[in-house]
Amino acid sequence: MSLRKSISNKSIAALAVIVAAFGNTSVFAQAAEAAAKPVDMGPVYKSAVFYVLAFLVLCLFVAIVGKALRVYELTREVQDKPKGINWNAVNGTLFAIFLIVGLYGAYWEYTVHGSMILPEAASEHGKKIDKMFNLTLIITTIVFVLTHIFLFAFAYIYKYSGKRRAYFYPHNNTLERLWTIIPALVLTVLVLMGFLTWRSIFYKVEDPNNKPINIEVTSSQFAWAIRYPGADGVVGVKNYKLISAANALGIDFNDKKSLDDQVADLMVIPVNKPVRLILNSKDVIHSFYMPHFRVQLNTVPGMTSYFEFTPTITTEEMKKKTNDPAFKYLFLCSKICGQGHYNMQREVKVVSQEEYDSWIAEQGTYLTDDLRKQFHLPVTSAPEAVPATADTAATAANQIALKK
Amino acid sequence: MSTISLHDTHNHDGHDDHGHHKETFFTKYVFSQDHKMIAKQFLITGIIMAVIAMGLSILFRIQLAWPDKNFPLLETFLGKWAEGGRIKPDFFLALVTIHGTIMVFFVLTAGLSGTFSNLLIPLQLGVRDMASPFLNMLSYWFFFLACVIMMSSFFIQTGPASAGWTVYPPLSALPTAISGSGLGMTLWLISMVLFVASSLMGGINYVSTVLNMRTKGMDLWKMPLTIWAFLLTAILGILSFPVLVAGVVLLVFDRSFGTSFYLSDIVMGTQVLPNEGGSPILWQHLFWFLGHPEVYIVIMPAMGLSSEIMSVNSRKPIFGYHAMVYSLIGITILSFIVWGHHMFVTGMNPLLGGVFMITTLIIAVPSAVKTFNWLATLWRGNIRFTPGMLFAIGMVSFFISGGLTGIFLGNASLDINLHDTYFVVAHFHLVMGSAAIFGMLAGVYHWFPKMFGRMMNPKLGYLHFWLTFIAAYLVFFPLHFLGLDGVPRRYYAFTEFEFMHKWLTVNVFVTWSAILGALAQVAFLWNFFSSIFVGKRAPQNPWEANTLEWTTPVERLHGNWPGEIPTVYRWPYDYSKPGAEEDFIPQTVPFSQTMSSNMPHDFEGNADAERIQREWEEHEAAAAKSRLD
Repeated sequence: MSLRKSISNKSIAALAVIVAAFGNTSVFAQAAEAAAKPVDMGPVYKSAVFYVLAFLVLCLFVAIVGKALRVYELTREVQDKPKGINWNAVNGTLFAIFLIVGLYGAYWEYTVHGSMILPEAASEHGKKIDKMFNLTLIITTIVFVLTHIFLFAFAYIYKYSGKRRAYFYPHNNTLERLWTIIPALVLTVLVLMGFLTWRSIFYKVEDPNNKPINIEVTSSQFAWAIRYPGADGVVGVKNYKLISAANALGIDFNDKKSLDDQVADLMVIPVNKPVRLILNSKDVIHSFYMPHFRVQLNTVPGMTSYFEFTPTITTEEMKKKTNDPAFKYLFLCSKICGQGHYNMQREVKVVSQEEYDSWIAEQGTYLTDDLRKQFHLPVTSAPEAVPATADTAATAANQIALKK
Repeated sequence: MSTISLHDTHNHDGHDDHGHHKETFFTKYVFSQDHKMIAKQFLITGIIMAVIAMGLSILFRIQLAWPDKNFPLLETFLGKWAEGGRIKPDFFLALVTIHGTIMVFFVLTAGLSGTFSNLLIPLQLGVRDMASPFLNMLSYWFFFLACVIMMSSFFIQTGPASAGWTVYPPLSALPTAISGSGLGMTLWLISMVLFVASSLMGGINYVSTVLNMRTKGMDLWKMPLTIWAFLLTAILGILSFPVLVAGVVLLVFDRSFGTSFYLSDIVMGTQVLPNEGGSPILWQHLFWFLGHPEVYIVIMPAMGLSSEIMSVNSRKPIFGYHAMVYSLIGITILSFIVWGHHMFVTGMNPLLGGVFMITTLIIAVPSAVKTFNWLATLWRGNIRFTPGMLFAIGMVSFFISGGLTGIFLGNASLDINLHDTYFVVAHFHLVMGSAAIFGMLAGVYHWFPKMFGRMMNPKLGYLHFWLTFIAAYLVFFPLHFLGLDGVPRRYYAFTEFEFMHKWLTVNVFVTWSAILGALAQVAFLWNFFSSIFVGKRAPQNPWEANTLEWTTPVERLHGNWPGEIPTVYRWPYDYSKPGAEEDFIPQTVPFSQTMSSNMPHDFEGNADAERIQREWEEHEAAAAKSRLD
């Protein structure tokens, strides 16, 4: 009786909601007409209403099931039979099922989605990071699985029974000490290894025979500017106050080191040669992120930061390794920086030293004739001179580097 | 300490007299100074804000799942922010920002602490009301105002703040950088200042009430773990929130009065800004000095609530009560010296990175202790799966899953590649988002009878739990792998990058799971609001719990207890004590009434009590022997 009554109540409520929904759509339709927008949105509204209706039907179904359960329990009660449904058993069993399905799900995730993640690190320090990651992954996975087995198995095994009493067990100092000390020891290992890895990344001892290439990357909304140091191996001074339409980075060409600085559309770096990134931002904070090389550092306006890494796998090799002929290294922005945040990318190419040398020789300089005038520098046909002298300049640079 | 509570001034100014001066609608429901009503106000406001923030998340999940599809209905509701039925990039960022702000501050701080600290501190400690009921009322209304101002930013021309919930300058300082940094950001900052004021008034009240007003016999080591958690949370809040205000004030100065605390060397396009000498990193230090304790402000009350609920429903004492308290204290202290782990890749001195990594990973130890103690509490229990208990178990599961990924992110060298990717999103949504919201829901189901005098429908509770539990895992588990593939968070669309295309289908799956999770909340909302009016009448102690709140009458009463405030004799976790008749012994039962179940350590070295107990046992033994003879 109460079942029928409540269903009719619910259906009246449902009808009211449906009527309200239709009412709303017609109001919107009128508003749309009033705004003289002859866009036919009818089908879409219908579909939205359809989903609302479908959900209401679902709610009604749940309500009916609920009422049926209630009726069942009441009849059991009236007939003096034991309680209809043992919800403790139901929930305990559901936990057991959740444990099994969940563990399988985690396994599935590890194998299926886990195979879609980044390929092996393409840099020297990246390999260390990956090692660290794998160790942490193994330890945490063991803990994850064990604790969840305990949690849900206990929930299943010790579900309520009127015949039993819980075991009064307020504390056990030995156990507590044990599970304080063991995590502490494991974490000490992780901390130590992490600390050493961290130090090896940021406190590098420079190898005099393998000096890093300086590359400056400047971020702005929503683009990257890449500056190669040119023949002298040093990027020149810049000053944000000099920024203008012609001099987008504000390079100070009174500094001689700036004169040969080169523009590049993409970052090309030779394999197995250290690269020292000089990171800076023009406007807001961005983050320079090269996922394949395990490189990330924020670019902050007013502050220059550095990251040194050594690429170890060329783009071509990586194409083979990942079995993906379209594979590209890239860097992108990973710090929220405005509406174009989702599309700030540049390609990175790791090539052999020879390919690098010939590529770099083709890049133009930042110094243009307009800027020469602005900085009162002699206007010559210098741009052609650069590629021609690149080789000798490079050797000169090496000599300078050696002297240093 | 507890002697202070003997000066019970309320006894004469009188709960009994309350019948005389009439409570009007306004003093009872609106500007109420009764802690229970304020708790309900916090809870219902928190629930409304949670529903709003959840709605926002569904909006941006729709954008992420179907970046190329038009939903004209969105334009109907959002107007120019979804022209042509597609959410615009800057509005997407606004959605993400406001979702985060509301969830972290308004739902999981005010909605959680505000509700349960207000409700339970007086009730579980045997106090008639908060130390300062007026301040308590102000606390709620400041919070309410903060909510209104935050939401009002949806109705302005330039839209809400959209620099992420951490509002890093210069993005948040320059309206030219993003439209949300105009008036929307100003409103965000005003709202935040009011919110912090509210939190401080609440926090000071909680701390002073806990320290000064406990009933007779309720020494600190007899307090339920909920109260310990609320006390430490309040202390954390008092010490860290003012730092946020300092940071916010400086940001207001930078935005409106031309100072350069956070700004330096900035060029928008080709327009060179005059600011010099500031540092954007300063904001990050100030923000995270609050921001990190904040995540513990969010999770510790959830831990306290879950501990209590798990003990009651396992019918077992919480395992390692002292260890639980010490680990909370450990977390409280450590949480102040780990903020730098949010800044490993900001370019700050790498030496700091190393130090913060060490402190961060140490915090995993007390967290591990808590987890193992919860497991030990369940072991050999007699578990009643009330909806509250289900959510408490769910909380433990999320805390484990999310906590373990923290070991990756706390490691500075791993953070290099994981920072600001979806791995972080997955991590904190599990450990802080889901775990804390489950702790809160557990609390709502468990103390609903205390708040409204009625029971919630348990079957709808089961449905709500299982759908939410499954949906949350389906949403957040796959996101880890996006992060491991180097997909950054807060991306408007995955369409521009070749390597992200493979995640588009995963995004569709995650969005449907999120929608499932959101719809599951309808079961809760229906259950909650209908049970207030038509739920089954609650008995006085529906869960057969030990704590003091269940000794108050079911009907709401300003002053909580009709007669004298009960005295406390024992700790709150005497469940299933061997020798006792029932499987629970309320805190108000003296040891003299439970001679058969007393244990040596119950007397804490009180020689007289031990002697009496010994004599009683000898006498019993003799009597038993004579019966045998």
